[in-house]
Amino acid sequence: MGRVIRFFAKLKSLKLGVGFWLSVAWVALIVLVAIFANLLPLPNPDSALEAPSNLGPSLHHLLGTDNIGRDELSRLIFGSRVSLVVGFGSILLGILLGGLTGILAGYYGKAVDFSLNSLAIIFLAFPQMILILALITFEGRSLLVITVAIGIVGSPLIFRVVRSATQSVASREYVAASKALGASTSRVLLKEIFPNVAMTLSAFVFIAVGVAILAEAGLSFLGLSVPPPTPTWGDMVNVASSELEQNSILWIWPSLALLFTVLSINVVADRLRMKFGIRESFL
Amino acid sequence: MSPEKILKVENLVVTFPAGAGKKVHAVSDVSFELAKGETLGLVGESGCGKSTTGRAIMQLIRPAQGSVNFEGSDLTRVKGKELRRIRQGMQIIFQDPISSLNPRRRLKDIIAEPLDIWSKLESEERYDRVREMCDQVGLDFESVKDRRPHEFSGGQCQRISIARALMLSPKLLICDEPVSALDVSVQAQILNLLRVLKSKYDLSMIFIAHDLAVVKNISTSVAVMYLGRICETADSDTFYTNPAHPYTKALLESVPEPDPSLIGSEGKMRLSGELPSVIDPPSGCKFRTRCPYSQDICAIQEPELVEISAGHKVACHFPISR
Repeated sequence: MGRVIRFFAKLKSLKLGVGFWLSVAWVALIVLVAIFANLLPLPNPDSALEAPSNLGPSLHHLLGTDNIGRDELSRLIFGSRVSLVVGFGSILLGILLGGLTGILAGYYGKAVDFSLNSLAIIFLAFPQMILILALITFEGRSLLVITVAIGIVGSPLIFRVVRSATQSVASREYVAASKALGASTSRVLLKEIFPNVAMTLSAFVFIAVGVAILAEAGLSFLGLSVPPPTPTWGDMVNVASSELEQNSILWIWPSLALLFTVLSINVVADRLRMKFGIRESFL
Repeated sequence: MSPEKILKVENLVVTFPAGAGKKVHAVSDVSFELAKGETLGLVGESGCGKSTTGRAIMQLIRPAQGSVNFEGSDLTRVKGKELRRIRQGMQIIFQDPISSLNPRRRLKDIIAEPLDIWSKLESEERYDRVREMCDQVGLDFESVKDRRPHEFSGGQCQRISIARALMLSPKLLICDEPVSALDVSVQAQILNLLRVLKSKYDLSMIFIAHDLAVVKNISTSVAVMYLGRICETADSDTFYTNPAHPYTKALLESVPEPDPSLIGSEGKMRLSGELPSVIDPPSGCKFRTRCPYSQDICAIQEPELVEISAGHKVACHFPISR
């Protein structure tokens, strides 16, 4: 119990600001409702025509209904699953692909770095939309394929970030000291390099998650993400945009959800970077 | 019978790629020996290759040629686990006290790192060893064990580096400008600490520095480097009283006097000009472009390091004699 109190006292002493905590609250809310969506007293997000279409907000349908009478709030909540899974999942994959290769390239340098970096540069020059479309076309529009496609596209960027962070850490004298003490390469990488690279990476990762969520929303707006009836925020904006004359405020809800989520993730990333950025030199 | 040598460096060459297939000779043909219990001061201007020499001895940078003989094994010929095992006998302390310590680790783990690498100690014994070593270097273990490097001053960080280096009971300690980044008062403390620990742990040392006053304090012999070569080496007394290389003389005379009125300004040798580029060094003697005694032969032939009196070697066509 004392430990919990001390933990909160420490959090308070960090002075992260109201904006930070609002952002954390929003992300936490989204994650929680996404996980427990099935337990919430919501109408089925896919059951059409049970209510009149294009209703405005009311007690029964807090955010109204869409063009075929589906509950907008329910769709919003179930739609957050796709955004979160693609956002975090794709970046996790990107970290596994780009992070591992980035550390190796940055640490070993020379031929290892040259070949991996060349690969990354070629990847970055490749039209990424075409890559994603090709994957979707051949492998189908499942949640897994969308996640993997965005993850693959993101990995060379993560590679570049991790590589340059590793290069700067690897030249530090504590790495040389560790080698001099007799640490094996894997120990140097794990104990000296990785914890320092992880700091730099963590700030970038949050921003990347935001970008990935937006990328998925873009795809689903174009009807290229997970197929209907699965609700996605991008698809909901798309539906609402064709119904502007009948229901002029429907587009606001998925747009706000996207805006708040991505903004919150960016604010969290920014504050964390400011507070936990590597502090080495006070001399 | 000469005293036992702990380290023998022969014809050490370190090159770095300089783009377009060119190579920079950061260290060229450096040879010296270190007897047990001695301290060799390695001095020179920035960029003369003294730090690179230190790192090449440790094999942190692999030399292109030459041999580094430490207690009978040539380190340039071993690698991997074998190298790591032999190298336990030598340790290195770096110039930047902050950069020498991983900012994400705590003091107790930093100092225990050598133990964690080499032996699986019970946590109690490990704890005792770390606390004991902290006492040796003047750190109060109980009050600092959980701190991270950024919570320490430069001098304290250097004490931590020293503690970490001594954890494996090395026989040779390479100090790469260990006090250059510290305040003068702290410099004296660290130098005293090194001197005390040297006799306590029976260390031999290579002390790399650009400050001749610091080196004078601690070294039994001195070697001067210029553009990757040793130009003079002698025991400490001879070096400071009877320098034979013009560069050494100029260096010694460039040390500021506390009271300039006590000495005449005449007879002082001043260096002019910049250190030439290592990428495109001058022909013949590397120092000739700045040497007041330079003659035609200096541009043609590079002087060899020759012994002019016992233990006193100079690489100069026209050594200064008194």
